[in-house]
Amino acid sequence: MIELKNIYKSYGDLSVLRDVSHTFHEGETVVIIGASGSGKSTFLRCINRLEEVDEGQIVIMGKHVKNYKQRDLALQVGMVFQGFHLFHHMTVLENVMYALVKVRKLGKEESRKRALQGLKSVGLSDKADVYPSKLSGGQKQRVAIARAMAMEPSIMLFDEPTSALDPEMVREVLKEIRKLSKTGLTNIIVTHEMGFAKEVADKVVFMDAGKIVEYGTPKEVFEHPKEVRTKEFLQHIL
Amino acid sequence: MSEFFDLARVIDWVPFMVKGLWVTLLIAFLASVLGLFLGVALVVMSRHTITKRLASMYIDIFRGTPILLQLSIVYFALPQVLGVLLSLFGLDVSIHIGGLFAAILTFSLNSGAYISEIIRSGINSVDDGELEAAKALGVSKFYVYKDIILPKAIRVSFPSLMNELITLVKESSIVSVIGIQDLMRRQQIVSSQTFMYFEPLFVVGLVYYIVIKFLSKVGRKLEVKLAHD
Repeated sequence: MIELKNIYKSYGDLSVLRDVSHTFHEGETVVIIGASGSGKSTFLRCINRLEEVDEGQIVIMGKHVKNYKQRDLALQVGMVFQGFHLFHHMTVLENVMYALVKVRKLGKEESRKRALQGLKSVGLSDKADVYPSKLSGGQKQRVAIARAMAMEPSIMLFDEPTSALDPEMVREVLKEIRKLSKTGLTNIIVTHEMGFAKEVADKVVFMDAGKIVEYGTPKEVFEHPKEVRTKEFLQHIL
Repeated sequence: MSEFFDLARVIDWVPFMVKGLWVTLLIAFLASVLGLFLGVALVVMSRHTITKRLASMYIDIFRGTPILLQLSIVYFALPQVLGVLLSLFGLDVSIHIGGLFAAILTFSLNSGAYISEIIRSGINSVDDGELEAAKALGVSKFYVYKDIILPKAIRVSFPSLMNELITLVKESSIVSVIGIQDLMRRQQIVSSQTFMYFEPLFVVGLVYYIVIKFLSKVGRKLEVKLAHD
């Protein structure tokens, strides 16, 4: 369970999150939607402390995020980025193995075994020894997913995982995320893929101007939005 | 009557002069390796608030004064200063710093300052996203430096580092002023023995030129190899 209580965050004069509170339940897949600049990425990044909140509390599994060591937090929370952020100078296999060896301290052989397993599950076994620059965007993102998942986190954060991809590659990445949404993992996904949101989300959060405006099942939010701003946003995007 | 240009007259001296190349290369290579360590240390220092000022002062001083001055301080003035310091502790010893040691020390200290700037710009080229990914994976700062920042930084700074090595080969010629028998010094010796200038200078110049050509060729080869992605 992840509880966020009265989160405030600003960059200089620009206030990005304004009194945001929300609870994510275990095993849920929650999709966060909203216009660019609504604060949804920042919100996500506060959860694993890529951003520090100015005010408010974030509690993961009963423990304040601030009291986690970065390592322990990373073992709980995995993340996939819009820009993939694979390590350029490492092969695909090394990318997936790296944190297993250095952070989980599994030992090289075990790490290698698990990394290969992970690559297999995203269908990229044949790319193990290739450098990321030789991969398509969709393949890079699948490697990034394998890399994050190899750590066996209980929570996965996806920050616009398909926004940097060509349309035909969006599907292969969404397929992987869809698989994860059925595993009992807690998934929090920021995305503009409304169709996908409808399909995989247990809950949908709509954010606007640094606040959570609407929250509910996909049916509630997409088909019967209560708030004016939600309606406007959906009309724009659908 | 002397010829305008007569290599034959210095031919016997050529082996003597070329021998100086090893001294030149020894200074340049050791200084660049030690300078690399020092440069990395300075970069690490400049990233921590406590040591930041110290590092930037160091870099500022070594880049802001001529290397001939630095060499003179290490070779001529340091023994004096150390002697005085030691006498404060009641130790009355005369200190002598060997020329080669002074040269290697000075060039290491000097190139450390330049190399730290080169590496710093290499580090700035590291993709912030990769650093974020490493953080999200819980990778400790030490490993982030060692496995993610440094390999990239070194690859990006490699051409400039190679350039620094070449500069060292050339600049090391000033060690002749403290009597070390590098290429340049040996030319001076030959000139004073034979009263010829152009020919010995030509020989030494050719050796410098060939070595530097070679180093830049090797550098370019390695560069291509490093840029595998």
